[in-house]
Amino acid sequence: MADLHIDFAGIKSKNPFWLASGPPTNTGYQVQRAFDAGWGGAVWKTLGDPVINVTSRFSGLNYGGQRVAGFNNIELITDRPLEVNLREIRETKRAYPDHAIIASLMVEPKQEKWHEIVKRVEDVGVDGLELNFGCPHGMAERGMGSASGQVPELVEKQTYWTKEAAETPVIVKLTPNITDITATAYAAAQGGADAISMINTINSLMGVDLDTWNTIPNVAGKGTHGGYCGPAVKPIALSMVAECATQPDIPVPISGIGGIENWQDAAEFMLMGASSVQVCTAAMHHGFRIVEDMIDGLNNYLDEKGLASVSDLVGRSVSKYKKWGDLDLNHKVVARINQDYCIHCNKCHIACEDAAHQCIEFYTESDGTRALKVREQDCVGCNLCSIVCPAEGAIDMIDQPSDVSMTWNERQRLISTFGG
Amino acid sequence: MDSAATNAWKIFDEVKPDMKPKEVMEEANRCLFCFDAPCMKACPTHIDVPLFIKKITTGNMKGSARIIMEANPVAATCARVCPTEELCEGACVLNDASLPIMIGDLQRHTMNWAMKNNPQLFEAGEQNGKRVAVIGAGPAGLSSARELARYGYQVTVFEKQAEAGGLDTYGIVPFRLPKHVALWEVEQIKKLGVSIQTNTEVGKDVSIQAVLDGFDAVILAIGMAHVPPLGIPGEELDGVFDAIQLIERVKSGHVTDRFSGKKAVVIGAGNTAIDAATCLKRLGAARVQIVYRRSEKEMTAYPFEYRFAKEEGIEFRWQTQPKRIEGDENGNVTSVVCAPIMLGEKDASGRRRPIEIDNAPFPMNTDVVVKAIGQMRDVPLIEAFDLAHDHGVVAVDPLTYQTSNPKVYAAGDVIFGNGKGEAMVVAAAEQGKKTAQAIHEQLLSKI
Repeated sequence: MADLHIDFAGIKSKNPFWLASGPPTNTGYQVQRAFDAGWGGAVWKTLGDPVINVTSRFSGLNYGGQRVAGFNNIELITDRPLEVNLREIRETKRAYPDHAIIASLMVEPKQEKWHEIVKRVEDVGVDGLELNFGCPHGMAERGMGSASGQVPELVEKQTYWTKEAAETPVIVKLTPNITDITATAYAAAQGGADAISMINTINSLMGVDLDTWNTIPNVAGKGTHGGYCGPAVKPIALSMVAECATQPDIPVPISGIGGIENWQDAAEFMLMGASSVQVCTAAMHHGFRIVEDMIDGLNNYLDEKGLASVSDLVGRSVSKYKKWGDLDLNHKVVARINQDYCIHCNKCHIACEDAAHQCIEFYTESDGTRALKVREQDCVGCNLCSIVCPAEGAIDMIDQPSDVSMTWNERQRLISTFGG
Repeated sequence: MDSAATNAWKIFDEVKPDMKPKEVMEEANRCLFCFDAPCMKACPTHIDVPLFIKKITTGNMKGSARIIMEANPVAATCARVCPTEELCEGACVLNDASLPIMIGDLQRHTMNWAMKNNPQLFEAGEQNGKRVAVIGAGPAGLSSARELARYGYQVTVFEKQAEAGGLDTYGIVPFRLPKHVALWEVEQIKKLGVSIQTNTEVGKDVSIQAVLDGFDAVILAIGMAHVPPLGIPGEELDGVFDAIQLIERVKSGHVTDRFSGKKAVVIGAGNTAIDAATCLKRLGAARVQIVYRRSEKEMTAYPFEYRFAKEEGIEFRWQTQPKRIEGDENGNVTSVVCAPIMLGEKDASGRRRPIEIDNAPFPMNTDVVVKAIGQMRDVPLIEAFDLAHDHGVVAVDPLTYQTSNPKVYAAGDVIFGNGKGEAMVVAAAEQGKKTAQAIHEQLLSKI
């Protein structure tokens, strides 16, 4: 059994799985149920001046008959009085001293507002603070959430104000609704953040109802943009984590958030530099009990890889994440069809024919059956055939022996040397 | 109708329920949408299976129904009676990877939608002034009529029965194929302006000459006739029935209690034998045995039909040859005396030849004997048309479906036989389509 304990910027947790700030962490009742189920920590639903929420609030993106490939919400921060939340945090922390409780905070961008709320939540015994500079809907119209998080100066200044008052670690949660997330990550680090977390939700409109022509979701026939999350956003979140993890001037731990719903997703974020992960949509879809397999699966995986601690996994893939200009132009792979596994759906053929490089051809075997083969000299190794192939093992991408490595950047340098 | 009668009829309700909505979406989404799909090639009518299933997933049910019926005008029937495990589902690439897509059930779902919502899927073509007569309103005749109407022909179908649909209406048990399904398909064809004249027997109510003279082309789609005699003593006894007639009676709503509590023997092991046997069971027969002179391997019933019969409690007596039927003093059947059979070398049909074991006859006590040993041919009508034939199987050009009289075409069971093809509804539908195409190509030059 590997050791799953983490120390995230000073916040200790018995495993790296935290519930992200959101509907599942709205009350003490929920957070305590989550801790009973095995979650290592929870980021309490964002505290601030209470708001009024609307109904309805959520919507799901279905794909191919599966529910919740993506998820979107127009719910705002907590709509319960601050005193009630603080009382429940105190009770929960007292009952679960070994679990991490992090308070998510969002107030107006004023120094005294930040000082005041930090003092009040630290007073009830939280293990850390997470500054919500991310929610893209509602609060942003009031100058908070992503409206703050999209302006590096505001991120830095508010982080600084928080740090002036805070005694516990401060995590800055970043919005993905920005061209370059490293700009705000850098600002947070400059402001003194102990850690960053990403991503908050992505601006989205889930859909339009084809019968009523209403937006999805709608509130009395009207709708607005909401925050997008769930499995579909994972690649976006992962790239943003990678961007920050590879920046030497963002030298703070990262808590990974975005579409994580099992130990495999979690392990990928950790390999790419996250040292804790946060989950929301998956818990909303399936309940808190999903954490059991996250813990068990991660444990088995670490054992299989011969790693004694989950911290040994963190960042192992970061050095493999590069700029495009650092990729080897001379490297070549080609597709190869394994006839033993091919089920003859011909999806690779039509995908290559219509959308790639027209190099998967029919031929007739000696026994008269029709089969497909790759004309390897024309294959560019794009992977499309192996992506659309439904039969595991039927298409392999084979590394070809190649010349000396040559990246675009190296090539440009050479040209300028010879040219100059 | 009193409750007993209602219940009696209920046992003839369609056995298989429609798929549940979630089941439909899960199954439809499982389809890989293969390119150049083997299911489509395996279907005799070449329904674009991946496309009709894709349309189910997008909620485009009208489009799904159009894709299916474009290829097969009797697709609601075929979705119920096709041996899908030998055709589309047997060819599904997922057979090797997991489980084949339930194509037949999905097709049935789409066709059920179509029957309920009745969209106008097709239009008659612009009238081209040519007239075609179709003799027989079974699947082959209806299919050719539908296609010809879409090409712009004025089509008249002559049907001797009171209702159109042929075997689909009269010859397949209602709990597998309710009559309303076949009649709905007939309605779709009528909507295209096809005139279907029922209770009209060509050669009797309408003269053959009138048909030959009054139309630019004639399609003979008369199918087959009743079950031939067994050629054994006792066939005239009370209690001996023809399977086709028995099913026809039930299909027409005549529920009788005369089989209630009786023992029955069905002779033969084809599709009709299964239908007759399961039908008798539902009519209350206490014990129903199928006797067949060859073995399980040679029977022509499909595996799904065999499974169904066994589920219904039908017993099978293989390698058993009826020798004579015995009766009591009142002329009622009391037993069938049978001889055991051993199977010898393969004969011309590729099946092992049955050889009777002498001196070992045994009686099977029974009240009812149902003959289901194939169907006869309407040779007199074929000869009245002066068409070349081989034992009632009309000779046609395999490409144009033209008979020895170039003006007369033939499709469906009337050309089935002598070891060629299978007498399936779906095959008849395809032949009807092809005949229509051939006629159109022949007459096009004259339009």
